[in-house]
Amino acid sequence: MENELKLVSGAMVALALATSTLVVMPYLQLHEMKPPPSLKPYTSAELRGREQYIKQGCVYCHSQQPRDIAQAPDFKRGWGRASVAADYYYDQPHLLGTMRTGPDLLNIGARQPSIDWHLGHLFQPRAYTPGSIMPGYPYLFEIKEKAVGDDKAVALPPAHTPASGVVVARPEAIDLAKYLLALNRTYPVLREIPNKVSP
Amino acid sequence: MNTVTILLASFVLSIAALMLFIWSLRKGLTDPNPVAARAIFYPGEIGHTEEPAASSKAQQDLQHSLSKTQAPESVESTRTELTARIVADQSSALPAFIFLSCAVVWLIVLSVAGLISSIKLHEPDWLNQYAWLTFGRMRTIHLNAMAYGWAPMASLGVGLWMLPRLLRTPLLGVRFAILGCILWNAGLIAGIGAIAAGFNDGLEWLEIPWQIDILIVAGGALVGLPMIFTLENRRVESLYVSVWYMGAALFWFPVLFLIANIPGIHFGVQQATMNWWFGHNVLGLFYTPMALATIYYFLPKVIGQPIRSYNLSLIGFWTLAFFYGQVGGHHLIGGPVPSWLITLSIVQSMMMLVPVIAFSVNQHQTMRGRWDALRYSPTLRFIVLGGMMYTLSSIQGSMQALRSINTITHFTHFTVAHAHLGLYAFVTLVLFGAIYFIMPRVMDWEWPYPKLIALHFWLVVIGFCIYFVSLTIGGWLQGLSMLDATKPFMDSVVVTLPYLQGRTLGGVLMVSGHFVFAFHFAAMVLKNGPKRTSAALLNFPKVWAWKTN
Repeated sequence: MENELKLVSGAMVALALATSTLVVMPYLQLHEMKPPPSLKPYTSAELRGREQYIKQGCVYCHSQQPRDIAQAPDFKRGWGRASVAADYYYDQPHLLGTMRTGPDLLNIGARQPSIDWHLGHLFQPRAYTPGSIMPGYPYLFEIKEKAVGDDKAVALPPAHTPASGVVVARPEAIDLAKYLLALNRTYPVLREIPNKVSP
Repeated sequence: MNTVTILLASFVLSIAALMLFIWSLRKGLTDPNPVAARAIFYPGEIGHTEEPAASSKAQQDLQHSLSKTQAPESVESTRTELTARIVADQSSALPAFIFLSCAVVWLIVLSVAGLISSIKLHEPDWLNQYAWLTFGRMRTIHLNAMAYGWAPMASLGVGLWMLPRLLRTPLLGVRFAILGCILWNAGLIAGIGAIAAGFNDGLEWLEIPWQIDILIVAGGALVGLPMIFTLENRRVESLYVSVWYMGAALFWFPVLFLIANIPGIHFGVQQATMNWWFGHNVLGLFYTPMALATIYYFLPKVIGQPIRSYNLSLIGFWTLAFFYGQVGGHHLIGGPVPSWLITLSIVQSMMMLVPVIAFSVNQHQTMRGRWDALRYSPTLRFIVLGGMMYTLSSIQGSMQALRSINTITHFTHFTVAHAHLGLYAFVTLVLFGAIYFIMPRVMDWEWPYPKLIALHFWLVVIGFCIYFVSLTIGGWLQGLSMLDATKPFMDSVVVTLPYLQGRTLGGVLMVSGHFVFAFHFAAMVLKNGPKRTSAALLNFPKVWAWKTN
């Protein structure tokens, strides 16, 4: 090859092809999508909680994309139906995730509807799921002599309560728990019949 | 538009464009050993080895072992030509030194962050009192220090150093490269700090807040300038393989990074496809071509023989360019994305076998009958092993894109093992090899403790084997367990524990290897150890004599 212009133009044509298939086409196909009628926008507390989900890096161990029943038993595990693009209408940025070191969370709000469970679990996951390898987030809580005013005291199983005082959730923990409760895409949707081709 | 039309159109377009480019370069396509392949050698240089990383004894052995297969050419290079190379090497010494030094610092940062993350996966209550030490942040620091620290800075350092040799002209615009390096490092330090403090754009591979990314983009653009200036002033007729790979990579990366980081245009599932378009292309269209450029230069240079088939490398290059770009969608198999996109990505993932096989055959053919050289040349040991790992990781990657295999491995540690096979065993090993070659030229000093090179090699190779085997098995069992609806989810966690511990063990060895390397690098920079002058210009005793005068 003698010509650098040929090199660069070829390289750019190749990238343009890739960009149009993976970025532009999905944009054109999806940008006029409407949200499902039962899906509500996040409240501001939930959005702050979503911010915590990103800050603490939850996405690196938890996906938010149950797979189709034909591919994997996600539905049988109670993780919900296979998700569709419209389920993520209000998601900015997307948090689909690529790992299931922990379970899928797209419907965790339906599966665990108790805020007390979530707060306690965030404080010490092993108090609820023995053998769990999820880190606790003690820095989202504080240990106080006793809860005062609007303090949200966390009800922990007896073996995991602190030696003295009570565990009080900080606003960040409460927001995060509210976001987790908002993860509920159990409403029915219409979806295209999955592609039968499986190369 | 219907699915089949899009699929077919995209596939046919890729193939047609590929054919067009190969046809347009048809000149000399049937020539078995075109002049272009010899572009990295001066007349009379073929058959003469160059291995500054080895001791003088090893260099003689290396030359001897290779002379058995083919006698070195006896024509002597002219003084002007060799002076030109010395001038070329001197012109790139400073920017290469700065980039490589920064790269080594980032290597240590990423190693420590990686090891902490690995331990946390089986000791979840360890170091969790502070937000910045939590798994989610440590792991992200590890990834970003690798993706924007070690890998690009080492490849750019190696690339800047190779350029004047490849184009036979001194490196121009050195100041821009140095300024670019400073801006890039400033951006990365700010970016890593932001992640530790919890400011994060929330997309894997694109965590650094876009406001900080501006610094990295500006720095990257400045580093690209010397490439353009030097290309314009080249004194070679044809561009060598390494130049194609580097040239394309240096244009691809800014486009990828810029489009991916534009705030406010990507949304929902489209953002997910964009995310993996970026995440996969930064591997395939930046690190891979930079590392391949490195192999295509250093492998022939050390053994003193041109690559076996120049045309295979041409095909390898253009097929990589046209197929790799579209494979990213395989990260979303089973996800809520348009099904045509997944199918397209799977097809293109399989097409990736073409460039990989082209490269592997070429490397094997070039090394054939010369495997003895591995005993004497540290550079070659790292680079040849790295090249083999490229083959392995790419074939594994193509297989993982198949729906039947992906169903098991997706969402598991298997993928993590695969990612390390590519970025560590391939890219990082190749870069280690190149640094061992370059630094003696840059510093005009030999590696002070040759035994440390061997120690480094064996620590990282054994460490990585343990790492890869444990995580691959663990990930596979995790996937099988997750697919079995009769088992509770926790089973898929418990089954991985011994393998996660195995990974930590492998990681400890790899990290120790990196500390050995960093120590040796520092000792080199401080000019420790005896000055064994023979390394400066081996096999050209006359010119060497001229240089000391």
